[in-house]
Amino acid sequence: MANADGGAYSYSLTVFSPSGKLVQIEHALAAVSQGTTSLGIKASNGIVIATEKKSSSILIDDSMIEKVAVICPNIGVVYSGMGPDFRVLIARARKSAQAYWKVYGEYPPTKVLTQEIATVMQQATQSGGVRPFGVSLLVAGWDINRGPSLYQVDPSGSFWAWKASAIGKNMVNAKTFLEKRYNDDISLEDAIHTALLTLKEGFEGQMTEKTIEIGVITVPTLEELEAGKVGGETGRPRPTFRKLSEEEVRDYLAL
Amino acid sequence: MSIMELNGGSVIAMVGKDCVAIASDLRLGNQALGISSNYQRIFPVTDRVYVGLPGLATDVTTLRERFRYRVNMYTIKEEREIEPETFAHLVSSTLYEHRFGPYFIEPVMAGLSKTPSGGYKPFIAATDLIGCLNFAKDFVVAGTASAKLFGVAEGLWEPDLEAEDLFETISQTLLNAVDRDAYSGWGAIVHVITKDKIITRTLKARMD
Repeated sequence: MANADGGAYSYSLTVFSPSGKLVQIEHALAAVSQGTTSLGIKASNGIVIATEKKSSSILIDDSMIEKVAVICPNIGVVYSGMGPDFRVLIARARKSAQAYWKVYGEYPPTKVLTQEIATVMQQATQSGGVRPFGVSLLVAGWDINRGPSLYQVDPSGSFWAWKASAIGKNMVNAKTFLEKRYNDDISLEDAIHTALLTLKEGFEGQMTEKTIEIGVITVPTLEELEAGKVGGETGRPRPTFRKLSEEEVRDYLAL
Repeated sequence: MSIMELNGGSVIAMVGKDCVAIASDLRLGNQALGISSNYQRIFPVTDRVYVGLPGLATDVTTLRERFRYRVNMYTIKEEREIEPETFAHLVSSTLYEHRFGPYFIEPVMAGLSKTPSGGYKPFIAATDLIGCLNFAKDFVVAGTASAKLFGVAEGLWEPDLEAEDLFETISQTLLNAVDRDAYSGWGAIVHVITKDKIITRTLKARMD
């Protein structure tokens, strides 16, 4: 019954195996490890998240692929694993952020939103007739109380904060690389550099501005904070998360 | 007779220099019959945020408990105290949930909000019974004596009053307004909130 791949216990999500595992979650993690590499690095004045944008064919219009996504003005997310599962999760995350805004008049802090996403993922491990999400997420956000924070969320629903992390195919090598190069006072510019170097380590094919996506959190300065939560004529909250344009990525790659 | 006038009572909040004050009368009645001269309708939300709930007494109790539940859940989840502006939005959305069968309360809030540089800024706000927010810079009023409170406050308030002067100003505003209203009065209480402490004083008022 209990053999290496779980045997009879591997098919039902709601049953523990004798070794205390939920084998479906192990399989979900395997699906994540087959996905393209993503990473995130927290700097003293921001966060960078990045991923490979690998197309299976040159005929694919890769300008339409979105792997780094905005959830709300202060939080962005990147994934490794199954694209469609990611799509569903960001839809839920965006709705959750808007629901929070509707009650409190401000966007949620990173930890709170991460907890909501993790709860959604956990519910798919304890309900009948559903399977776990086949993605791991790196959530990068800024809020006035904690400053910049980077969280990883796994298919099991467990999440934890990182200073730097990698997920997906090349995560072991990438994490070793990051361990060597990370220090607590790294600047955002250095972090973007390090992120690109780390991605390059395991990159299959040419690394250009069309085959990678980068998202950046910039910590607001004291002047920007004093000026108020909303900005500009539209009165919308100032964003702290944005995706780098292709030109910006090209400039960073050229360095 | 309107349902908002069944129990009576009024609340006012004012902004001073690095301080805020919130004050109310202490009367609870059943139309013309006075029942209590010690009815509290101002409650602390955090060390720096106070809320006053004038209107129907049963809703005063219910709303106090609803806000306590929601603020406790917020504090535990976010691991921090709620800020005044955030609490004001929470009050607004809670009231709007009952848009077509509202609570008969017009909340008044006062507090000190943290600025990005680490200081504290005075904050007051009020809503109507279905949650329309009013972020005034000077004073906010609600209750059966609200029209009188508007008049006296407009006359007496000036910007940048120190804590002691703010206390005198808000007290005179409250006393002279509720003395002109049949359903408010029977005692008064004033809370002055500064960044280090909160001073609560009960006023000697006309008991007629």
